[in-house]
Amino acid sequence: MPDTTNVKIDPKTNTLIREGVKSIVNPFDENAIEEAVRLKEAHGGKVTVITMGPPQAAEALKSAIAMGADEGILISDRAFAGADTWATSYTLSQAIKKIGTFDLVLFGKQAIDGDTAQVGPGVAEFLDIPQITFAIKIDIVGADGNQPSARVKRQLEESAEIAETKLPAAVTVIKQINEPRMPSLKGQMRAKKAEIQTWTAETIMAEPENIGLKGSPTQVVRIFTPPPRGNSEMLEGTIEEISIKLFNKLKEQKII
Amino acid sequence: MAEGIRVIAEKCKGCRLCVPACPFGAIEIIDKVAVITDKCVLCGACVGPCKFNAIVMEKKEEAPKQDLSAYKGIWVFAEQHAGHTQSVAFELIAEARKLSVDLKEEVSAILLGTGDLKNQAKELIEYGADKVYTASDPRLMNYLTEPYSEVIVDLINKNKPEIFLLGATTTGRDLASRIAARIRVGLTADCTGLDIDPEKKIIRQTRPAFGGNIMATIVSPNYRPQMSTVRPKVFKKLQKDPSRKGQIIEVKPSVSQKSLRTKIIEIIQSTEKKVNLAEAEIIVSGGRGIGCAENFKLIQGLADVIGGAVGASRATVDAGWISQFHQVGQTGKTVSPKLYIACGISGAIQHLAGMSSSDIIIAINKDPYAPIFNVATYGIVGDLLEVVPAMTKKFKELLD
Repeated sequence: MPDTTNVKIDPKTNTLIREGVKSIVNPFDENAIEEAVRLKEAHGGKVTVITMGPPQAAEALKSAIAMGADEGILISDRAFAGADTWATSYTLSQAIKKIGTFDLVLFGKQAIDGDTAQVGPGVAEFLDIPQITFAIKIDIVGADGNQPSARVKRQLEESAEIAETKLPAAVTVIKQINEPRMPSLKGQMRAKKAEIQTWTAETIMAEPENIGLKGSPTQVVRIFTPPPRGNSEMLEGTIEEISIKLFNKLKEQKII
Repeated sequence: MAEGIRVIAEKCKGCRLCVPACPFGAIEIIDKVAVITDKCVLCGACVGPCKFNAIVMEKKEEAPKQDLSAYKGIWVFAEQHAGHTQSVAFELIAEARKLSVDLKEEVSAILLGTGDLKNQAKELIEYGADKVYTASDPRLMNYLTEPYSEVIVDLINKNKPEIFLLGATTTGRDLASRIAARIRVGLTADCTGLDIDPEKKIIRQTRPAFGGNIMATIVSPNYRPQMSTVRPKVFKKLQKDPSRKGQIIEVKPSVSQKSLRTKIIEIIQSTEKKVNLAEAEIIVSGGRGIGCAENFKLIQGLADVIGGAVGASRATVDAGWISQFHQVGQTGKTVSPKLYIACGISGAIQHLAGMSSSDIIIAINKDPYAPIFNVATYGIVGDLLEVVPAMTKKFKELLD
């Protein structure tokens, strides 16, 4: 499955990634882009947005530039078709290696089409950097002369935690981290003029064994529409009658 | 176009059946012939719907690179926090037991933590594990990606499991992704169905894609272990059996200095009333139809009476009526409770994506044509502002 979408940034070479099948920016990625731009505004640096996808995905990169990213790189090659999360993570990590140094790689939590949330950690592993997932707040600390760290609040099921790690690191963000901005007029003008570079498998020196369908350990064997739920039963009568009827049904099934 | 799939132009009648079948919008009809465009991801969804066998997909059957026969057994990650084994671990053991009937292999749980883990290990056996590998070390007290990955990868390399299941929780997703990338195996996220292919003896993992609009079945035939994260609450845990016997294997974990580069500074227990929607068995949700923030009290009232959690549609969260932690749907939480009551929710596809796998859905809406009724088990056409308080009152009476 194509799934993911990522954003990578860093306060120096800031880089941002996303990949998806539609040329709209994934809602989760908008949060990653917003966070990257905010960190740039606070700490300086450069934001690069990356996406792996078909040529039309360049539009999504332009929207990121309109929001304040500095540059966009499209990773596009027919050889990437059919990539699962493993192959996608590998491909994106190769592109990031090609960019060179960076401080932070940001990802949207998950893509809207695939919902796997697997690519952020996958890229972190290939780059051999720490990962912090499900971030709701990111602070960059200890920058004066020392190697800076990311102090990140993670939102878990029933609690939250604050984790800290030295940069460079990969962070995946959740929607609650921020409110993505509307692109300014200036931003839109910049996006219009921006040139999106396209990198192929060769540009990023990807091993043919590790990309696309061939590089993907998983295979989709069947795609189907979920079986329709049974016909709904419309309940009629007074609210009192309906309530009794429902109550009995729920009681029967030991739900209440 | 894309490698592996093609349209046989002579057979194609330009009937367009394949166009809507493609979840990616990758098929166009050009000069009365289907053309597969760059958007194609080789999912194969178009092959079946073609009545003329004009679309062919050739999947190369690749020989595995590993000796797969060396991999045996089904493993379950026993997620624990502060010494409490999470319910999802028991659910996974129950499902692993089911798979083990077809595979005739044993079920092992992997428990990492600190201090004496015997009691937790025993409990895992009582819930159905044959073996429990425990790794105790103060540095494994709280979950951290890298030391946990390191210890588990080491266990995998030494013991070679065939299947490894983890909960699709924040922890399980974080850990599984890192491990799968490291050992180069397939990982299927957020599965809702698992079974064994009777011929190939591999696991078939079914998961919702595109927010639940379609389901995909995924396999990983050439790599071991086959890994999946599984949604909590999809499978039911077994009855605890205190007489069950199993083996506890204590492993001395080796944790490298490098793996400790991330530190937990603070753990914050939520002070506000917990909204753990993913774990809730009953959810009462409010949508735009409730009209104002104040009316969430009605939803809360019904939820309190029947022991449910409060959910919300995106519209109410965007309006600022309730916090985002309550949001159900594509950009909120995916839930599958036993009972979902949708009050004043029209049922936009994004919302349905997050709740349509609930066992029973009750929809209350003024508009008889609201799409929510298409997924509802029971529908009530009416104003929720009248229906909900009256129903709450009646349920309360009947429960007392």
